[in-house]
Amino acid sequence: MDPFSDTLQRLREAFRSGRTRPAEFRAAQLKGLGRFLQDHKKLLQEALAQDLHKSVTESEISEISLTQGEVNLALRNLRTWMKDEKVTKNLATQLDSAFIRKEPFGLALIISPWNYPVNLSLVPLVGALAAGNCVVLKPSEISKNTEQVLAEVLPQYLDQNCFAVVQGGPEETGQLLKHKFDYIFFTGSPRVGKIVMAAATEHLTPITLELGGKNPCYVDDNCDPQTVANRVVWFRCYNTGQTCVAPDYVLCSPEMQERLLPAMQSAITRFYGDDPRSSPNLGRIINEKHFQRLQGLLGCGRVAIGGQSDERDRYIAPTVLVDVQQTEPVMQEEIFGPILPILTVRSLDEAIDFINRREKPLALYAFSTSNQVVKQVLARTSSGTFGGNDGFMFMTLSSLPFGGVGNSGMGKYHGKFSFDTFSHHRACLLAHSGLEKLKEIRYPPYSVCRLRLLLMAMETRCTIL
Amino acid sequence: MCKISEIVQRARAAFNSGRTRSLQFRIQQLEELRRMIKERQKDIAVALAADLHRNEWNAYQEEIVYSLEEVEHAIKKLPEWVLDEPTEKTAQTQQDECYIHSEPLGVALIIGTWNYPFTLTIQPMVGAIAAGNAVVIKPSEVSENVANLLATIIPQYLDKDLYPVINGGVPETTELLKERFDYILYTGSTGVGKIIMTAAAKHLTPVTLELGGKSPCYVDKDCDLDVACRRIAWGKFMNSGQTCVAPDYILCDPSIQNQIVEKLKKSVKEEIFGPIMPIVCVRSLEEAIQFINQREKPLALYVFSQNDKVIKKMIAETSSGGVTANDVIIHLSVHSLPFGGVGNSGMGSYHGKHSFQTFSHRRACLVRSLLKEDPLKGRYPPSMAKMMRH
Repeated sequence: MDPFSDTLQRLREAFRSGRTRPAEFRAAQLKGLGRFLQDHKKLLQEALAQDLHKSVTESEISEISLTQGEVNLALRNLRTWMKDEKVTKNLATQLDSAFIRKEPFGLALIISPWNYPVNLSLVPLVGALAAGNCVVLKPSEISKNTEQVLAEVLPQYLDQNCFAVVQGGPEETGQLLKHKFDYIFFTGSPRVGKIVMAAATEHLTPITLELGGKNPCYVDDNCDPQTVANRVVWFRCYNTGQTCVAPDYVLCSPEMQERLLPAMQSAITRFYGDDPRSSPNLGRIINEKHFQRLQGLLGCGRVAIGGQSDERDRYIAPTVLVDVQQTEPVMQEEIFGPILPILTVRSLDEAIDFINRREKPLALYAFSTSNQVVKQVLARTSSGTFGGNDGFMFMTLSSLPFGGVGNSGMGKYHGKFSFDTFSHHRACLLAHSGLEKLKEIRYPPYSVCRLRLLLMAMETRCTIL
Repeated sequence: MCKISEIVQRARAAFNSGRTRSLQFRIQQLEELRRMIKERQKDIAVALAADLHRNEWNAYQEEIVYSLEEVEHAIKKLPEWVLDEPTEKTAQTQQDECYIHSEPLGVALIIGTWNYPFTLTIQPMVGAIAAGNAVVIKPSEVSENVANLLATIIPQYLDKDLYPVINGGVPETTELLKERFDYILYTGSTGVGKIIMTAAAKHLTPVTLELGGKSPCYVDKDCDLDVACRRIAWGKFMNSGQTCVAPDYILCDPSIQNQIVEKLKKSVKEEIFGPIMPIVCVRSLEEAIQFINQREKPLALYVFSQNDKVIKKMIAETSSGGVTANDVIIHLSVHSLPFGGVGNSGMGSYHGKHSFQTFSHRRACLVRSLLKEDPLKGRYPPSMAKMMRH
């Protein structure tokens, strides 16, 4: 029997009843979400520590605080976002009222991954709730402690007729996807993204897919190696490398590589001490499967820094690989671990060519003291997002749309973009019921003089209907 | 069949050459498109007449005008649309450049349809060109004359490699859909829309699907029935009823049903033929809303009333791609309004700037200086400093 039918039915009926429409209801839901984060901060931190060995600092910054910020932003702006958006009119519609109305789609499904299980479940949820949808959340079963907290505690803070958490693995998710949703928001791999999109096709469900890729990091010769090393290493090792927007590989000249290596070692020591294994600031790999995968990648190229691993607690040392071939596994898949390969190129052109022969990534980084070089990399490549001279700092700006392109995804969110993503933008024109004389020109019977009038109107660039 | 593959590869190579990047190039191509429409108006009208039995007046008013408007608007506005959009910064990013950079997606595929075969191919094309893409155009084979005309005249005015026209039926379209595109815009039926989206899913290609549905038209007791029926008839019988946003059926109180029938008959007496418009009797606005909501979300919804409250309630309690109150269809003529469906009537939208955005990737950019390391020292471990969010 289908375990989801009853839940989905309940949510659908609640949506039809109209209860999610008023701003007061939506604000109450958002406030509930905010209280959940405050009341259970410790519980969430513990779950994240159990799942990912995530430090309190990282949990605070990239999961709890960040989500709280989105909740607060939505609460502050909800009524503004909900307002009809007036648009410019043409000559014929001057006396009419033309606007875009933001409406909820209905029943939204959010499928979230294990690497930032709080952030990537709840930030989309903020958008879906603010937009007035009923929501089904399917958190990842891989980050199982966080999944438990979301399944057992979170619903108590929200209207359970309008929100439900469902649990399960790939099989259950497949079953869930057979049902009709009015919007699907998926964060995960491109491979599963295709499966989700194919499922969405059945019901013509619009989707946002936040996927991944290999995020290139171009380092120009015109750089201070230590500054670059600090930034690249930190963003690479954040959350033990398990970040969809982390720098995945470096492209630089052989000379720059020589300068970067000692600088990177210095950065690693500074951040994680002489024995990174004992640092509270370095996490662990999520599970056995990924650990084995990453351990395998340590054999690619030549280990220049790090390379240690320990199966007992799924520890992978911050590692830099050199002399890597394009055909090796470390260059064939998204790394998603604290391993950074460096590939050498002889020029900016070669770097750009290398990047453009591959799938469009979710993020792309360029380091140079020359603004011109940074702008060139931007202009001649494509990626979901772009960072000049830093890592994924752009994730902290809710005014920037976060999303991929090509293989790295479609759609975007964060801040107002979340609200807009989960809304149908309905074009509305309220015409004047009088002034019929003006409209007569459009009706039959046709005549030559009417045609002439119309052609004149075309010349003066206005539309008369 | 391998010819289709070659054509698409050539378009991709042409895109990769980078020549669509410059604003000047895109404007020049749009100006050529405008010149094409103006110079070949007669040929276009003849082809439309052959395919749809439309006269010259209809050809201009219902198709060519829209296309010309769209391309004029794009030429005028493109210099503004291509600009980077600066965004609000946080305390920590005050010194940085934060903006959204619009870029082309690559090779777009536009699949046209037969009821407005010219404009429903050209209007999306304007957006795709403006956004800097290469565009493969697949007109509907059902409107054969327009399809053949487009295949002839487009290469005469526009870049031959970047904007190829591919004609053919189901086998050719199936072949075409095997190719990888960076965007697909399809106008047509729900059934085929699903086929398109399935093909797109294989390559993770984003899509806009402009589909159809039964557009309801609620006529309140409190309205000028003469005006309402005249406008409804105009929209319904336009293009012999073959308009995706035409009012499909009327909902009204039984007491005005007969009047509506009479007035509609009077309005269409000039027409040679016209399908009967179904009228569903409802006893209240609530019942009308219920009737509408039991059905798939339509592409358009219409409501006639002098009472603002009625209009507001109808809009608030239903959903549809778009709405016009006290008239029909004309919400399509306002550039600044997005044209698209919801639910079964489609996803995505275009027209005006919405076209440009549909066919662009809006890339989030944060550019900072390499020289200012000190302020950032606090964020690295082993310190407990935080990156504060706005």
